[in-house]
Amino acid sequence: MKNSHNSPLLKVENLRIELTTRDGVAPVIDDLSLELRAGETLSFVGESGCGKSMTALALMGLLPEKVGRVAKGSICFNGEDLTTASPARLNEIRGNDISMIFQEPMTSLNPVYTIGEQIAEVLRRHRGMNKAAAWQRAIELLDAVRIPNPKNRVSDYPHQLSGGQRQRVMIAIALACEPKILIADEPTTALDVTVQAQIFDLMRDLGRELGTATILITHDMGAVAEMAERMIVMYAGRMAETGPVQQVIDHPRHPYTKGLISCVPHLLAQLTAERPPLAEIDGIVPSLKDFGRDECLFASRCERANEQCRNQRPPEVGFSAGQLSACWQAEDV
Amino acid sequence: MNTQKTPTPSTAQAQSPMGEAWRMFRRDHAAMAGLLVLMLVLIAGLAGPYVYSGDPFEMVWAPFTTPGTDGFVLGTDYLGRDLLVMLIHGARVSIAIGLSAAFLTVVIGITVGALAGFYRGWVEELLMRLTEFFQVLPTLLFSMVIVALFGASLPMITLAIGIVSWPPVARITRAEFMRIRELEYVTAARACGVSNVKIILQVILPNALPPIIVQAALMVGSAILFEAGLSFLGLTDPNVVSWGQIIGSNRQYILDSSYTVTIPGLAIFVTVLAISLVGDGLNDALNPKLRKR
Repeated sequence: MKNSHNSPLLKVENLRIELTTRDGVAPVIDDLSLELRAGETLSFVGESGCGKSMTALALMGLLPEKVGRVAKGSICFNGEDLTTASPARLNEIRGNDISMIFQEPMTSLNPVYTIGEQIAEVLRRHRGMNKAAAWQRAIELLDAVRIPNPKNRVSDYPHQLSGGQRQRVMIAIALACEPKILIADEPTTALDVTVQAQIFDLMRDLGRELGTATILITHDMGAVAEMAERMIVMYAGRMAETGPVQQVIDHPRHPYTKGLISCVPHLLAQLTAERPPLAEIDGIVPSLKDFGRDECLFASRCERANEQCRNQRPPEVGFSAGQLSACWQAEDV
Repeated sequence: MNTQKTPTPSTAQAQSPMGEAWRMFRRDHAAMAGLLVLMLVLIAGLAGPYVYSGDPFEMVWAPFTTPGTDGFVLGTDYLGRDLLVMLIHGARVSIAIGLSAAFLTVVIGITVGALAGFYRGWVEELLMRLTEFFQVLPTLLFSMVIVALFGASLPMITLAIGIVSWPPVARITRAEFMRIRELEYVTAARACGVSNVKIILQVILPNALPPIIVQAALMVGSAILFEAGLSFLGLTDPNVVSWGQIIGSNRQYILDSSYTVTIPGLAIFVTVLAISLVGDGLNDALNPKLRKR
């Protein structure tokens, strides 16, 4: 608990996660390392199927049974390796120290209990509160996530709430135990843009108040720029680039990052103004069975790709302020 | 803050999923009629003996007194016993066996199905093979063997019915558990550090209940039929009256005095029909896909 600002809260080293599929064993996460300090926000960016959600599940110890497993590397939380921890210990950590907000607000709440019961249940289990105190705290939490009229809403069932409200309830549940790390897996993907901004504000405020470190998983570059201090760009299970958000967005050192940034549409002041065609990255993420190859997996979609890219996996090249890029031509990008 | 002023449109009709199901159920006239009949049978069984007292085994009048004569509304059987008294006492036994056998069925079925559907792997393999074993046994024959071997007392008959009829419940429960365990709120519960036992009992089971409730309701009906079948064959406690037993003991006189068989037969028919109607109503009310919104 006496971790100063220097030692990271969460340290992942050379993590490799393998999924057993019909075509054999494929590494969904290949050699991923990261550090997360208290109060910091780290963001994972990438297209669908790049292993972002798998990383989140691995951190929670919730990889799909019999299909996914940690093949190599370690996940150290406060100096304790979660990959070797017992299931009972993991259950203790989950909820108490690390909690998670899921992607789909419509299906992440249990339909047969009121939202108050669901929040209070978490409080009773992890904080040892009695029924009345937990109920009272549930109302406070609903107020904290800005659900209007929390006294009445607390006894509503999930189907009576809108998507944005449900996502807020999810946040309230995740924050009920004041976790040290909050993993948010695309928390706003299913929501309106206006609600997205509110949710982000909320998460940032609450993170600041409680000193919670956040891992934000998203494919929305705007959200990253808004929320995170550091970012990791994932491509096909490998880290493509990492570094401070501002620096990476200003000077991307990987063609994939560059592509992602140019894909974000810009609002123009005048609707009649000449609009440049919206950029896109041709092609799709390679399929799982190709993940393990010794090559740059982005090569098939990259304009700069040459023989070396197609035959050898690029090493990570370091730049100032901890920016790393896994590209053979990182210097030139 | 501004919380007092905020309009709250939906809190007024805040309703639990079960409350909503009851609303749907009430709209179903056939199911409500079934429920009414069932209530009448239940009241007759519970309060009947106090209103129309008598010993069901006592010979009170001449045998084969036809219904309506000499003050016997339903007449007397081949030993001169009052059929109405027998019917009232039989209602108790039939309903009691129906309910307790259905309860036993559900308990065994949910336990087996939940464990198999939740843990998968070898647990599922073992439990489902066991389920299939019980499913291929000829049910009536197997329960007859149990009753014949261990004696024809009411608990043993209940046990025999329960043991032969749990496989369908286990299979439904397993299917529901397999579906629900992959849903996001179960993962969310795990992410909150909820233990497996609590996930099974408090997270998945309440969501898996609707089809099990329907099955259990229908199970009450089939248990009553089952008991009638067993007692018709004489495999019943001779010191207790049940509807099937009345039919069984009067079966030789079916041609001369058919009412002695018809009346208890009608009682079984009406009760089981009422239970089926209630079961169908529950199915419509609890199955969101059939629900007309």
